[in-house]
Parts: sequence; C-alpha cells; structure tokens
Amino acid sequence: MRLVAIGLAAGFFSALFGVGGGILIVPLLMLGARFPQRSAMGTSLAAAFLIALAGTVTYALHGEIKPGAAALVGVPAAVGALVGTTLQQRLTGRFLSLAFALLLAGVGARLLI
Amino acid sequence: MWVDLAAVALGFGAGILAGLFGVGGGILFVPTLSLVLGLSQLHATATSLLAILPTAAAGVWNQRRYGNVSGRAALVIGIAAIGGVEGGVQLAQSLPEATLRKIFGVLMIVVAAQLVWQTRRRPPYPS
Repeated sequence: MRLVAIGLAAGFFSALFGVGGGILIVPLLMLGARFPQRSAMGTSLAAAFLIALAGTVTYALHGEIKPGAAALVGVPAAVGALVGTTLQQRLTGRFLSLAFALLLAGVGARLLI
Repeated sequence: MWVDLAAVALGFGAGILAGLFGVGGGILFVPTLSLVLGLSQLHATATSLLAILPTAAAGVWNQRRYGNVSGRAALVIGIAAIGGVEGGVQLAQSLPEATLRKIFGVLMIVVAAQLVWQTRRRPPYPS
C-alpha cells in the first residue's frame, strides 16, 4: 500500500515538473519504506525504467522522439550507469544519503529560481 | 563533431549520476538534448525518456548482481506511477505552474533536510 502511494506521488510530480521519477522514489523509499540506501537506489532505477518505458510508448505514438539523439546520449549513459553502480558499492550508505540530499536540494533550489 | 562529442561526454556523465544515485538521468539528458543538440523542449523531454531505457537497464542489471533490486517493489511503484502521471497532467493544466514549482521546490529542500537529519540520528546501515 505504501509502495502504491510512493508510485502515485512519483508519477504525479514527475508529470507536473518534468523531473524524473527517480529523484522522488529514492527519498520516499528511504524515508517512507525504510529501504537502505543502495536498495532504494537500485529499486528506483528499475521503477524508472518502467515509467520511462510507458512514457516512450506514449511519445513514440505522437512521433516526438528522435532515436538518433537518444542513442547519442543513451549509449554512453548505459556505460556510465555501469561505472556509477559499481562505484556506488564502494561508498558508504551515509555518504550516499548526504550526497543525494545535496542533489535533491540543488534540484529544489532550481525550481524556486 | 564537437557537438556530438559534448553530447557523448554529457551522456556518460548522466549515466554515472543515474547509476550512483538511482535516478533515471533525465536531469542531465533534457538540457543536453535541448541546449547542446538543439531539440525543442517537447522533443528533448520525449527523447530523454528513450535514452533512460538503456541507462536504467544497464544500471539495474548491475545492481541485481549486488542484490540491490527489489523487483516486486519496483513493479508496484512503476505501475502506480503510470497512474500518477495521469493525475499530474490533469492538475498541471488547472493550476498556475509558477506556484506549483515553488511549492515543489520547497518540498524537495525539506525532504533533503529530512535525509540529512535521518543520517545524523540513525546509525549508518551495515555494508
């Protein structure tokens, strides 16, 4: 039930502000469902995949996706994600929490300006 | 040529951020697609979603090996989020955007403070 609420909130706000679902799912899983940092972040990525998949299908039907541009950033990003997830295992949960809080505050500040 | 190289470099950076923090990478994809590659805001948003697919897939594949993915939770959240998107789109059309942005910006900063507070209060998780 709590997970359903997290998903609804994440989808709701990501549609409103164009921020990815992940930036909301991670803190909600950590604060609302008591997930440890790494589990919250790994699970969030899997949920982000599903949300992006649904969005891709919707936009593709309207012909608004540029596959060449998506490959240009998406293929190096896939390699980057392997590096990022491997690097994550070497960092402490505490460090990840604080660094994520900084990222979240930065995105929040950008919305305010 | 330089534009393509910049896009590849920023894409790689977005992937590291996505893997490190479990976010999709859209935060960097959208500005890269619009400001560097010159896509319109709508096309950049739409294209960013497609770029998230290989990024998240690679990250999930690696995180599964470390036992950090709860498949059931991801499925429940993902499906519920798709429903939430509908509600968000409806509300976005009926409320002033500037107000919403401000409320949400404050909310994110409050959650960030809460995360810092939680780390201070509770002992760090093992492993």
